[in-house]
Amino acid sequence: MDALSASPHRPRNLGDRLWGAGLVALGGAVAVVAGVIVLALGRLTTPLVGRVHLLEFIKGQDWDPVASSFGALPFIYGTLVTSLLAIAVALPISVGLAIFMVEIAPGRLRPVVSFLIETLAAIPSVVYGLWGLFVLVPWLRESVEPALAGAFGFLPLFQGPQIGLGFLAAGLILAVMILPTIASVTIEVLKTVPVTLREAALVLGATRWEAIRLAVLPHARAGMLGATLLGLGRALGETMAVTMVIGNTPEIRTSLFATGYTLPAVIANEFAEATSGEHVAALAGLALVLFGLSILLNAVARLLVQAVKAATGSVG
Amino acid sequence: MTAPADKIAVERLTAIFGKTEVLRSVTTSIPAMSVTAIIGPSGCGKSTFLRCLNRMHELTPGARVEGSILLDGQDVQGRDVDPVHLRRRVGMVFQRPNPFPTMSVLDNVSSGLRLNGIKGDHQATVEQCLRQAALWDEVKDRLRAPAISLSGGQQQRLCIARALAVAPEVLLMDEPTSALDPIATAKVEDLIHELKARYTIVIVTHNMQQAARVSDQTAFLYMGELVEVGATEQIFTNPREPRTEDYVTGKFG
Repeated sequence: MDALSASPHRPRNLGDRLWGAGLVALGGAVAVVAGVIVLALGRLTTPLVGRVHLLEFIKGQDWDPVASSFGALPFIYGTLVTSLLAIAVALPISVGLAIFMVEIAPGRLRPVVSFLIETLAAIPSVVYGLWGLFVLVPWLRESVEPALAGAFGFLPLFQGPQIGLGFLAAGLILAVMILPTIASVTIEVLKTVPVTLREAALVLGATRWEAIRLAVLPHARAGMLGATLLGLGRALGETMAVTMVIGNTPEIRTSLFATGYTLPAVIANEFAEATSGEHVAALAGLALVLFGLSILLNAVARLLVQAVKAATGSVG
Repeated sequence: MTAPADKIAVERLTAIFGKTEVLRSVTTSIPAMSVTAIIGPSGCGKSTFLRCLNRMHELTPGARVEGSILLDGQDVQGRDVDPVHLRRRVGMVFQRPNPFPTMSVLDNVSSGLRLNGIKGDHQATVEQCLRQAALWDEVKDRLRAPAISLSGGQQQRLCIARALAVAPEVLLMDEPTSALDPIATAKVEDLIHELKARYTIVIVTHNMQQAARVSDQTAFLYMGELVEVGATEQIFTNPREPRTEDYVTGKFG
């Protein structure tokens, strides 16, 4: 208050500076929070430091807390497989949905579809998990997995017992969960494509679809990559729905029909029961690995976005 | 010299956007292998007229057109006319240069060829179109460079080259120099002079000196109506309509 009244002839300048300082503090708080989390997790891992080498921990395939054997690889594998599967399924659907919304849907339909997309995003993950357990898993077990095994059974991806639970179920449920994120960001990205580019394609004799392919999609590539990154981030960290349908077995299997485990799922499931310091330390280690994985994928994706923005090659 | 044949005949063309009548019963003809300029104050319907000629007006929701537009005697609005095919015959250049930003100079020019399924090496066609657009000498060493690295004037000539590549019969230009500096404008105007030997050109401009410089025939539109159309020299020196005279002498607009 004193500072404000002290310089009445320059109130705007002072206000600007206070405002600026406040914003800097808020921005800095993000870094502080992230730092504090990493520090706290790091401290939790001390019982294992010196006993288990970091690389051994990451490469280890055996997870047996009772025998004090801690390997993170099955969880890393499960997290990556389910997230990538989710992206593979959700991305084409989201892009198609976004193209439909921006380019094709009649004006009256748009708010309806847009509302439905937002609704998907608002469903709590435990509800997705329940739906997955009682609807998706039986459906996969009885229809989808036998069909996939019949058609593509020669691939290791589609072999083994068909029980419904597992990587496929987790990947699909993640796909549904990240679809609204990717779709809504892609919609915004497509809306930013200038009308003049569409017109440029159309006057060359492009059909509507050719104009989308020639002018709209290339212009939106970087933004769509960003949308995918957001979806991937959500898929990596999703806990509840995944743990309800993945089977929770720390194993590395090639088949998508097999059960597995993910980093967030094992942390959530075992933290309450972790009695030994080493077990807690290993779970904190997994949390750090998840953190690192997210940062790594984020960085890679950002580099990709830069590369795509810089690239100018042919798209035809 | 015989009077050139009409490439396009417009009869009683009325364009309605929603509830607004943008063009009211416009009747005129556009001679082949010549430049027709459309002048008039902002909002008079110049651009709409142009966009009707290759059915780009259909992109605007609620747009409706009455009357007929005959291209070589065939109604372009006919049920059997595919706007996609029409636009290959009637190309267009816009107010602001709009090269495809993710493509190279080369790919921009050949984009229409690829669209039309013309396979093979496009290099020769690209060179020919860039030469026609008076851009070849400036870009021949950087055909692989991104199109957006060119200057605004170069980008506009690139867009003209891109339009020429699909071998249109008619070229519509919607204020093609309004975003360009005087030097770039002069280059595009010179280009228009050269292109009329091969193409029928319709150019919308709000710059009357430009209309006088580049066109053979001028049409004056005012509030959706065609006030007067005639040889450019006559329109600018001896207009029949007082409204035309007021406009070309700068009394309004």
